[in-house]
Amino acid sequence: MFKLLKYAKRYRFFALISPVLMIGEVIFELLIPQVMADIVETINGISVSGNKEEAVSTIIMLGVKMLGLAVCSLFCGASAAITASFAGMGFGAEIRNALIRKVQTFSFSNIDRFSTASLITRTTTDVTTVQNTFLMLIRGLFRAPIMLVVALTICIKKSAEVSSVFAVSLPIMIIALAIAGPIALKRFRAMLKMFDEFNASIQENFANIRVVKSFVRSSHEKKKFKKANDDLMNAAIYAEKIIILGEPALMLLMFLTILSILVISTKAIAEQTLAVGEFTAIFTYIMQILMSFLFTILMLAQLFMSEASAKRIHEVLKEEPDIKDPENPIESVSDGSIEFKDVSFAYAKGKDVLDGISFKIESGEMVGIMGATGSAKSSLVQLIPRLYDVDGGEVLVAGKNVKSYSLEALRESVSMVLQKNVLFSGTIAENLRWGNENATDEELKRACRIADADSFVEAFPDGYNTDLGQGGVNVSGGQKQRLCIARAILKKPKILILDDSTSAVDTATDARIREGLRKEIPDTTKIIIAQRISSVSDCDKIVLLEGGKINDIGTHDELIERNEIYRDIFNSQQKGSADFDLQGGAV
Amino acid sequence: MPRPKAPIVKPKDTKGTVKRLVKYIGKQKKLLIGMIVFVIISSLSTVVASIFIQPIVDELLIPIVGKEFSFAVFLPIKKILIIMGCVFTLAVAASYGKAKCSVFLTQRTLNSLRAELFNSVEDLPIRFFDTRPNGEIMSRFTNDVESLRAFLSQGLSQLISSAITIIGSFCIMLYYSPLLTLLVVIMVSFMVFITAKLGKKSSYYFKKQQKNIGIANGFIEETIEGQKVVKVFNHEQKIVENFGELNENLRKASTGANTFASILMPLMGNLSHVNYAITAAVGGILAVNGALTAGGIVAFLTNSRNFSQPITNLSQQFNNAIMAIAGAERIFEYIDEKAETDDGYVTLVNAREDENGELYEVEEHTGIWAWKHTHSADGSITYKRLRGEVTFDNVTFSYDGKKTVLNDISLYAKPGQKIAFVGSTGAGKTTITNLINRFYDIDEGKIRYDGINIKKIKKDDLRRSLSMVLQDTHLFTGTIADNIRYGNLNASDEEVIKAAKLANAHDFISSLPDGYDTVLTADGINLSQGQRQLLSIARAAVADPPVLILDEATSSIDTRTEKLIEQGMDKLMSGRTVFVIAHRLSTVRNANAIMVLEHGEIIERGDHDNLIEQKGRYYQLYTGQFELS
Repeated sequence: MFKLLKYAKRYRFFALISPVLMIGEVIFELLIPQVMADIVETINGISVSGNKEEAVSTIIMLGVKMLGLAVCSLFCGASAAITASFAGMGFGAEIRNALIRKVQTFSFSNIDRFSTASLITRTTTDVTTVQNTFLMLIRGLFRAPIMLVVALTICIKKSAEVSSVFAVSLPIMIIALAIAGPIALKRFRAMLKMFDEFNASIQENFANIRVVKSFVRSSHEKKKFKKANDDLMNAAIYAEKIIILGEPALMLLMFLTILSILVISTKAIAEQTLAVGEFTAIFTYIMQILMSFLFTILMLAQLFMSEASAKRIHEVLKEEPDIKDPENPIESVSDGSIEFKDVSFAYAKGKDVLDGISFKIESGEMVGIMGATGSAKSSLVQLIPRLYDVDGGEVLVAGKNVKSYSLEALRESVSMVLQKNVLFSGTIAENLRWGNENATDEELKRACRIADADSFVEAFPDGYNTDLGQGGVNVSGGQKQRLCIARAILKKPKILILDDSTSAVDTATDARIREGLRKEIPDTTKIIIAQRISSVSDCDKIVLLEGGKINDIGTHDELIERNEIYRDIFNSQQKGSADFDLQGGAV
Repeated sequence: MPRPKAPIVKPKDTKGTVKRLVKYIGKQKKLLIGMIVFVIISSLSTVVASIFIQPIVDELLIPIVGKEFSFAVFLPIKKILIIMGCVFTLAVAASYGKAKCSVFLTQRTLNSLRAELFNSVEDLPIRFFDTRPNGEIMSRFTNDVESLRAFLSQGLSQLISSAITIIGSFCIMLYYSPLLTLLVVIMVSFMVFITAKLGKKSSYYFKKQQKNIGIANGFIEETIEGQKVVKVFNHEQKIVENFGELNENLRKASTGANTFASILMPLMGNLSHVNYAITAAVGGILAVNGALTAGGIVAFLTNSRNFSQPITNLSQQFNNAIMAIAGAERIFEYIDEKAETDDGYVTLVNAREDENGELYEVEEHTGIWAWKHTHSADGSITYKRLRGEVTFDNVTFSYDGKKTVLNDISLYAKPGQKIAFVGSTGAGKTTITNLINRFYDIDEGKIRYDGINIKKIKKDDLRRSLSMVLQDTHLFTGTIADNIRYGNLNASDEEVIKAAKLANAHDFISSLPDGYDTVLTADGINLSQGQRQLLSIARAAVADPPVLILDEATSSIDTRTEKLIEQGMDKLMSGRTVFVIAHRLSTVRNANAIMVLEHGEIIERGDHDNLIEQKGRYYQLYTGQFELS
């Protein structure tokens, strides 16, 4: 938690002023019973002096004093609350910003390491937890201890003898909490875990409701639920049994403290070491001392609990992006030629997915890559825009190692349509302009024409202004793929990589897209990964991967002629084992 | 500690819901009464305890100033001290009793409410689940039950004790000084007014904050999920800028919301100090004139605190109560949903054949099943052997009564035949299978199973005679054996293994360290998609039904596993009537009949060779000239 405190810097004025105001509030607040004691003393005094007039004016003066204190306290308290809100929410916002900035610098392998789901939780739920704890820290962690210290000091000043009671009752409280706390925590954790499982199992049941109903298992599920439900109830009662001791125990402690203080005070009053008014003041402080003490301890527990979230956030923030710009990077890519020199690559140490890969692609060529699922086709092309770094050998673009370019320049020149591609919420035009922010409408249309997307886009009532919804849900799989291709073309890249990007498109459209690419962007190097032979058969050359190694390179005719694997794939696809499905067919 | 709260949703029928809720809580009558009694005792004793301060100050402390101290000085107020001790003891005991009753009351009520909710939802028709996201149903079990829990476990007793404390301290204040009481009431009314004003402002900001959280989280989810695309397009800087803007909006809204929420406490606390100060001064003047004793003022002030504190809390408690009632209302809404109806009377029974070929009913499992048809006219019973013949006669169906999804569908499947459906998403393939097992009821036409109109067959028995393998495998948390046995709860271990072997699942299961006892968690995440599919096939196999429905059962699976699954499926399909919704040509090619669906109508039908010859839509699909969407 403390490691994150530097993100409060921007709002440090608020974060620091708030506790100061809070201290003010507490002090003013604690002075009020003090003045009250004076009033009581004044009333007592008249029985001695008998001067009513004077007493009344004293009381009025004291009343005004008390009112003044209350107003000051109100002012401090309210400003403390406002400044704390600014500091707390600002702190949360800064952390969220820092996280998003950090995630933007991550390479693919950084992202893989955390997983997207976990990154999302860390940026949302965990930040909220930490933000609330921080708010509690500046609001509460000062208030309760200060209240405790000040109240205790006043009491001791009034009568050390009477205050000695606290020396007994506070340790008793610590001991009681130290014994009961961990037990309660353990039982609650067990209960919460059970509760999570309980919810998960209900969720599972409803998600699987078709299975439940078609196998006629409702009564089975109800029985299962009843057991889980009863277990949960018993666990909750078991945990609560400890908690419910808290209130009566605190009350008992308070009563005992009051009684002890009464007895000791009586003696002190008799011996005139304590005034009656002072006693009434101490009496008011008893509650405040005990409660603020309890509060302090509970708050420390909360701080302890939010530590897990803080740790998860910190992990992301301290993660080093493992792909960075070189020093003195080259800022432009001169052509679209590519060379792999004895490249090896592994996602996890020791498990090479690519091994000994060497081949060359000339600028402007169209190259097909084929191979079975798991033959590392995607891994191979992801090395070109440095989405991952090679483990051995080197990848050259335009004759220079990809590591010597600035990432921005490299990725600006290498446009890639990912296999798992996404569109973002917004209109079609907005999504396409990801490729080129300043693209004119004419350019959008041209890119769509090449990707054979123009006809369906223009058929939408809103055309290019059609809203796609979150994640691009309003278009079919084939349409989405074509939009992604158009988006990549808009970048006017030197190298265009299509990673299984036409799997949901019918063969005729697929052919039209390749035709468009060949004619409209002849100078761009085009790499096409595909499942269907028909998607690559007209390429200048085809790279056949097998188990992370190059099995063969050649044109379609050459490979048919000499390569058995290629021929097998070809034959299997000839006899209509093509696919009705959209999600990638058999190879 | 203020936390962002969901905006308060007001219940629609507060009175009705409260009545019903009271009935539920009333089921634990003893606990409820016990709790109320204990709450009354404990809050009364707190109120009463505050009176003791006056005699102590006036009769003990003031008189003894300057006298010798011995325990004898307590004698004059002996009686008071004893009563005080008793009240204290009573207060402690009552506080424990209250807490204990409240825990049991809350947990038992929630338990029975959850059970009733689950049992009701479990019996609802599929239509109910289709029209609601899973999260919405879950939210009744989590959020709504939670707001009810919060209210029952604390709010209820607090509400009662607040009421008692307010009335009690009001009476005591009146006893000491009606004039001062009037003053306090005026002050407190002012505080309540301010609370109400602030509450309104605060809920406006909370709504705004909630909206901004939604926007920011949506953005975070979308960009992090699409992070790889962001990188490919060099869009990192843009994302940082866009998010910065959303984040700033969120910061402003939540600062506003939080300010109003957290200002309330110091405001109320300090206003009560102002109240305290004014009361003390006026009380002091009264005391000087002899209308009050010093002890009286102290007691009065303690009571005025007791009086004003719960009032300021009351608005919060009231909000909690409203939320709990709204939650209860949402729970009751589901409990009141109309359960799936079943007017069927034809049942499925075990049977034997006598020497004349006549069927008769037996208790034990024989492998022969019969439809038991009790004729309503004369009460006579006939048996018909279960064979697995399914016919559709001019079936028309729509989900909403408006848009026709299936139009005039007629088809027949003889026992042991394989019927395949091919077509785009939304063409009505899955709908057909959902009609056979009566997840939905048809609008027009007739569906017959072994010649019996399926509306006459008891739903449970109808579904028992069918088995489904779905695209999403839907496994359950539990062991592999449990999951397979889901198809037939009485299956022996041998039968489970036999089914696994049939589905080609035995090999991979045996290779797992715990074999059939391997525990699957969270929808079987630790298995590959293909392996899960094999398990769901085994599950269908162990049910051993005459009719099988395979809904896109082999999609998104790699080639090697696909081969395995196909073999398993082929074994499973042999000798059964099979309806298959297919992605893969290989599964379709050997079907006895293939139906090509488009917009809810069968546009082509025939076997593979027929359809290829027709050179229609099937031919286009087959040769990849047409894109399914």
